[in-house]
Amino acid sequence: MSGYRVNQGLLADSPAVPFVFNNRPFSGVQGDTLASALLANGQTLVGRSFKYHRPRGIFSAGPEEPNALVELRTGAFKEPNTRATVVELFNGLTAKSQNHRGPLSFDVMAINDRLSPILSAGFYYKTFMWPKAFWEKLYEPVIRAAAGLGSLSGEEDPDSYDKGFLHTDLLIIGAGAAGLSAALTAGRAGQRIIIADEDFLPGGRLNLESFLVDDMPAAQWAAHSIAELRTMPHVRFLPRTTVYGAYDHGVYGALERCTDHLASSDGKPRQILWRIYTQQTLLCAGATERSIAFGDNDRPGIMLAGAVRAYLNRYGVAPGKQVAVFTNNDDGWRTAADLINAGVTVTAVIDTRSGEAPLPIANARICMGSEVIATQGRLGIHSVTLRNGQTIHCDCLAVSGGWSPNVHLTCHQRGRPVWRDDIAAFVPGQTIPTGMRVVGAANGSLSLTQALHEGHDAALQALQASGLTASANTAPKATAESTDLSAFWHVAGCRGRSWVDQQNDVTTKDIALSYQEGFRSVEHLKRYTTLGMATDQGKTSNVLGLAVLAKLSGKSIEQTGTTIFRPPYTPVPIAAFAGRARGKHFRPVRHTPSYQWANQNGADFVEVGMWMRAQWYTQQGESHWRQSVDREVRQTRESVGICDVTTLGKIDIQGADASEFLDKVYANTFSTLAVGKVRYGLMLREDGFVMDDGTTARFSDTHFVMTTTTANAVSVFRHLEFCRQCLWPELDVHLISATEQWAQYAVAGPNARRLLETVVDAPFDISNEGFAFMACAELSVCNGTPARLFRISFSGELAYEIAVPARYGHALMDALMQAGQPYNVMPYGTEALGVMRIEKGHAAGNELNGQTTAANLGLGRMVSAKKDCIGNVLSKRPAMNPDNPIELVGFVPLDANASLNAGAHFIRPNGEPNLASDEGWMTSVAWSPSLNGSIGLGFIQNGSQRLGETVIAADLLRSKHTEVKIVSPHFVDPDGERLRG
Amino acid sequence: MIIHHPLLGPRDAAEFVYLGDASLLNRPDPAAPSAAEDFYTYLHLRDNTAGEHRELWYHEQGDRSWLVLTRNTLTHEITRVELARDVAGQAS
Repeated sequence: MSGYRVNQGLLADSPAVPFVFNNRPFSGVQGDTLASALLANGQTLVGRSFKYHRPRGIFSAGPEEPNALVELRTGAFKEPNTRATVVELFNGLTAKSQNHRGPLSFDVMAINDRLSPILSAGFYYKTFMWPKAFWEKLYEPVIRAAAGLGSLSGEEDPDSYDKGFLHTDLLIIGAGAAGLSAALTAGRAGQRIIIADEDFLPGGRLNLESFLVDDMPAAQWAAHSIAELRTMPHVRFLPRTTVYGAYDHGVYGALERCTDHLASSDGKPRQILWRIYTQQTLLCAGATERSIAFGDNDRPGIMLAGAVRAYLNRYGVAPGKQVAVFTNNDDGWRTAADLINAGVTVTAVIDTRSGEAPLPIANARICMGSEVIATQGRLGIHSVTLRNGQTIHCDCLAVSGGWSPNVHLTCHQRGRPVWRDDIAAFVPGQTIPTGMRVVGAANGSLSLTQALHEGHDAALQALQASGLTASANTAPKATAESTDLSAFWHVAGCRGRSWVDQQNDVTTKDIALSYQEGFRSVEHLKRYTTLGMATDQGKTSNVLGLAVLAKLSGKSIEQTGTTIFRPPYTPVPIAAFAGRARGKHFRPVRHTPSYQWANQNGADFVEVGMWMRAQWYTQQGESHWRQSVDREVRQTRESVGICDVTTLGKIDIQGADASEFLDKVYANTFSTLAVGKVRYGLMLREDGFVMDDGTTARFSDTHFVMTTTTANAVSVFRHLEFCRQCLWPELDVHLISATEQWAQYAVAGPNARRLLETVVDAPFDISNEGFAFMACAELSVCNGTPARLFRISFSGELAYEIAVPARYGHALMDALMQAGQPYNVMPYGTEALGVMRIEKGHAAGNELNGQTTAANLGLGRMVSAKKDCIGNVLSKRPAMNPDNPIELVGFVPLDANASLNAGAHFIRPNGEPNLASDEGWMTSVAWSPSLNGSIGLGFIQNGSQRLGETVIAADLLRSKHTEVKIVSPHFVDPDGERLRG
Repeated sequence: MIIHHPLLGPRDAAEFVYLGDASLLNRPDPAAPSAAEDFYTYLHLRDNTAGEHRELWYHEQGDRSWLVLTRNTLTHEITRVELARDVAGQAS
C-alpha cells in the first residue's frame, strides 16, 4: 500500500470513475488505465506468477506488461489475460487477479516457490516421463491446474466483431513524437495518410515526459498536432488501434478496439480487424525499456523506470512514497528528477556506471558504480541491499536497463535486426518490408529531438516518392536530453534468484541450465525455458536473456543472435479473426430457385458443396426417413417423380473449335455428336485417373452445354479454363459457367412423357419417335417460357431433364406438380436419387473418388484410342492396367434380411481380413424398394468375371462380416428398355 | 500478397487460386515415342526453386484469367505478371 495520487499530470481535473477489483470497490479517474488506478489506490500486489505463484506487481505502463494480467468483466463477457496497463478505465469495470487459490495475498499454491529447486527449466520434460499413461490422465491436468493464466467463461462470446479494408498512400504506425512529426509534414502537403496508435491517448512518449516541444509542454504539443491532423480530410486517425502484422506487398493487419473502453458494446462491433493496403509505411513504434537481472528483482513495487515516470507525468500517480532508482543509463536519472519535482521522495539513485552524476537529485543518496544485489519484502518491496552492504529503504524501485527499439514489424518478412553497441540494442537490419521506413526510437534514435527530426525527414522522402511537394516547414524543436548508457545486464553473485522473464518465471539459473544441457541456440533456449513466450512475447526480457546466454557462451550478443519476431505484435482475439463468419455465417449456403417450394413441401435438406439440397420430402404419417425415401423410389418407378437437379454444374461452351476442345478434355469423342443429341462424357485427369463425368448436349455446330457433378462444378470449370488458356490458346472456344442461370428438374418415371406433354408448347413433338432417348432441344414451355429439354436418365426410368431460366424455377415446379396431379406426381430428394442410381448401377462420387480408372468403372472402352485427350497417355501406364484390375460390380447379401456397410473390404470366404487378402471395397449401399432387399456397389478384383461368386464383406470398424454374392451392377432394367420406351 | 493483373490492375491474392510451376504450360507431344516418360516428367517432376519462380495463378474470384507470375520464393517479390494464354501462344 504505497502508491498515491499527486495533483499533477494530464488527469489533474478528471472526474472520478468507480470500479471493482477482486470484489472490492475502488475509485480512479477518467483517463486512467486499470494499472494507474490500482497504483493510485496503493494496490501494489496484482497477481501471482505463472509457475511459482510468486507475488507480482505492475511492472510497466504499456503493452509489454509481463505481470499485471487480469480477468476483465464477468459471465460470458469475461476476458482473461488482459494487461492492466493498457485497459482503459470505465465506470463499473470489474477485474480479478489470476492464478491463485485463496485470496491474492495468501495463495496456497505459493508452495511451488519453496519447491523451485526441483521446478527448474525442463522440469516437466524430465520428471513426468513415466509411466506413460499417467501423462494424459494425471500429470497434465494437475500441472495445468497449478500453472497457468486466466480462465475462460466457457460460454459463447456475446459480442460481435467486424472486418474492414482500408487503402492509403502512407501508413504511419505509432502517433508518438516521430509519428506525429511525420504526419504533420506529410498531412500539410496533402498526402493521404492513415495514422494508427495503440493507445487511447495518442502521443506516445510525449505524454510521459516533462519536456518542451516548440516551447509548449510535450503533451500539449501532441494534443495540438492531433487536433490539426483531425481537421485534414485526407488523414484518417485510428486511436486504440494496434498494427500487429506486416505482410507482403504493403498489406498490414490492424486491430481497432472500438468498445473495450465502454461498459457495454451496445450492439456495435467490439473490435474491428483492418486489412490496410498502403504504398508506403513509416514505422514509428518507439522503444521498450528493459530490466536488469539481480537478486529477487521481481517483488511488487519493482518497476521499469520509464513506467514510474509515465505514471507520474501522465496519470499523476506516484507508485511509491519512497522511490529508489537503479539504472545503467541517463534515462533512469530523469525519472528521479521528475519525482523530485513532483514532491515525491527519492531515497537513492544507484548507477552501475562510475563517475559524475548526470543530473542533480536533491536529498537522494547517489551511489555511482554500485549495484543492487538483493531486495527485501514479502508482498511488496521495502528495502534493497547494495553490493557494499548498504541497505536502502524504498517501497518502489525504478529499474532501467536501457531501451530496445520496437523492431518487431521489420522482422515479419524474414528481416533480421542487427546489433548496435553504442545503444546496446537491436535495430532494424538491411532487409525490411518493401515500402517501409523506420523512424525515431524504433530505429534506435532514442532522443526526442532525433525522433522529431527523423519523422519530418521521412515524411519528406515519402512525399517525394509520391510526387508531392512539402509546404515550407521544419521539424519541431524539443528539449535536449542525453541518452548515455553502459551495457550492463546481470548483477553477478546474487543469492536470490535473478528473474529474466517474469511472465514465464525464467531466471538466470534456468538459462545457465539450458546452456549446460546443450540447448544453446537462441531458438532452443526459448523452447526449453519458455523465455519470451506467452502474452508479452518477451518484450521486456528477450534482450536480457540473450545477454545472459551470450556471457555464458563467451560470445557477443551479435553472435548469439535473436529469436525471430512473427505476427501478431500483441495478442489478437480469435474472435476478431473470425469477424462475422461465425455459426451459419462461417460458410454461406446456396439455395436453388425452388428452395422455398421444397421448404414448404416437407423437404429435409443436406449440404452438397455449398448447396442446400432436399434429401427427402416427409409426408404426413411418415416418422422415419426410410419411409419417405422408399415411397419416393416406388412412386417414381411406378408413375412419375420430380427431382431438383439445378445444382449440377452447367458450362456453356461455344466457338468454332468447341467440338475439338471437347475431344481434348473428354476421354470419349464429341466431334461426332449430332446436333440435338446428348452424350455421356468421361473426363480424366492428366495422370489418367477419372476426374468427373456428366452429359454434354449439342445445340448447334458451335454450341455445347456440359454438365458436371455438383461437387466438382468449380474445379472442372477451372480445369477447362486451364486447358483453354494454357494448353490450347489457339482454339476458338469460350466458356461460361451457367450453373446459376438455369433451374433444372429431372422428371422420371413411366408417366414422365404424359406429364411433360401438358407443359410443352405446341408444336414441339415429345413422342418417342420425335424426341428419342439422348435427344436435346431448345423449346418453350407453359405458354412461352424459354426452356431446354434433355432426354437423359440417371434413375433408369423414362426420364427427362427440363431447364428454365433460374427466375422461373419455382413457377415451373408448381406447374409440373399441377400437371402431374393425375399421375400422383411426387418430388423426390437426393436419397431416392441415390437409391435409384445404385439400383441402376451408375457410378457417382463414391466411385469417382480420384483413385479409380475408366477401366475400373467398366468404361475402359470409352477412352478413345483414335485421339489424344487429357489423361490419355498416362491412363496406359502398366500400373493402371494390371492383370487383376478392380472392377465395379453389384453385391447382395446371402441372407436376404442382412444390411450392408459401405467401406467394408472384400476377402475370400475363410480368409483373414488383412491387407494381403484384401480384394476391393464396397463403395455404395442402399436398401432397394425395387428388389425388396439390401444392395451394394463396389470394386473387386476381376469382378466382371466373378458374377455369382460368394465373398465376405468385412467391416472391421463396425465389427460386421457379411456374406455377399457378386452380381451385375445393373439391378433394375439391365437392358435399358424403360429409358428408351 | 498483391498481384498486378495485366488487365485489372492490383488485386488481392485472396481472389486467386494457385496451381504450381508454369512448366505445366509445356504439355508434351502425346504422339512422341517417349510420350509416357515425357508426361511423367511433365506432371510429377518439379524444381524446388529458391529464388525466381514462374508459376500459374487463376483469377477465380475475378475474370477467370490464368496468369503466369514470376515470383521470388525467398522474398515473395513479384517481378512479372503475364496472361498465360499469351505465354502459351508464344511457346507454340
